[in-house]
Amino acid sequence: MAIRIQEEDFDVGAELAALRAGDARVGALASFLGLVRDVNEGAGVSEMTLEHYPGMTEKSLEKIVADARARWDIYDALVIHRVGRLLPCDQIVLVAVTSAHRGEAFAACEFIMDYLKTRAPFWKREATPEGARWVDARESDDSAAARWEGKEAG
Amino acid sequence: MTVQVLYFAGLKETLGMPGESVQLPAGVATVGALRDWLVGQGRGSLATARNLRCAVNQDMAGLDAAVADGDEVAFFPPVTGG
Repeated sequence: MAIRIQEEDFDVGAELAALRAGDARVGALASFLGLVRDVNEGAGVSEMTLEHYPGMTEKSLEKIVADARARWDIYDALVIHRVGRLLPCDQIVLVAVTSAHRGEAFAACEFIMDYLKTRAPFWKREATPEGARWVDARESDDSAAARWEGKEAG
Repeated sequence: MTVQVLYFAGLKETLGMPGESVQLPAGVATVGALRDWLVGQGRGSLATARNLRCAVNQDMAGLDAAVADGDEVAFFPPVTGG
């Protein structure tokens, strides 16, 4: 299990290859890649800056991945989240999970992403033609995370 | 007791500082009481912030969470990563 917070970009292919390297138990690898869009809430976004809470970020992500491990039979998980200045089309976040079968891998990957969006202390500040603004949290993210509550692994 | 207070994102910007070390009077023993005390010290944005979130020693906490000497208490807006 690896969690990395970094300013540098990452190579998705190399990261996914490394995650499953030499592990013949792995029959499924599910991944999610988040990217910077050039528009949000009706305004053009020319760049964004990601701030985080060093220490708590890693701690919260470790907890989220441990919760995913407790719910599903997964072998390994990787979370990479970039911070600092990012431009449209840049990669922001990669979550990848390995397991024997796709069901666990898909579910655990989505669970980690849903909780990352609502629990991990990252904040986005966007530069738009009307000036810079902090991105507002979405209620849809809360409901996405809430649907896992009280639900058994399936 | 002494508590390390941290502010993030828009809150850090509005308050004009990333945090402060504060000496609390007796009776300020929860996150909510700490917030009210800080508002009294001029940190008004803690009272007006929408959906203010907090963490004690880097774990998400509610306003009723206990605060003890040496704790690190963070206040911030809802998170927007991913």
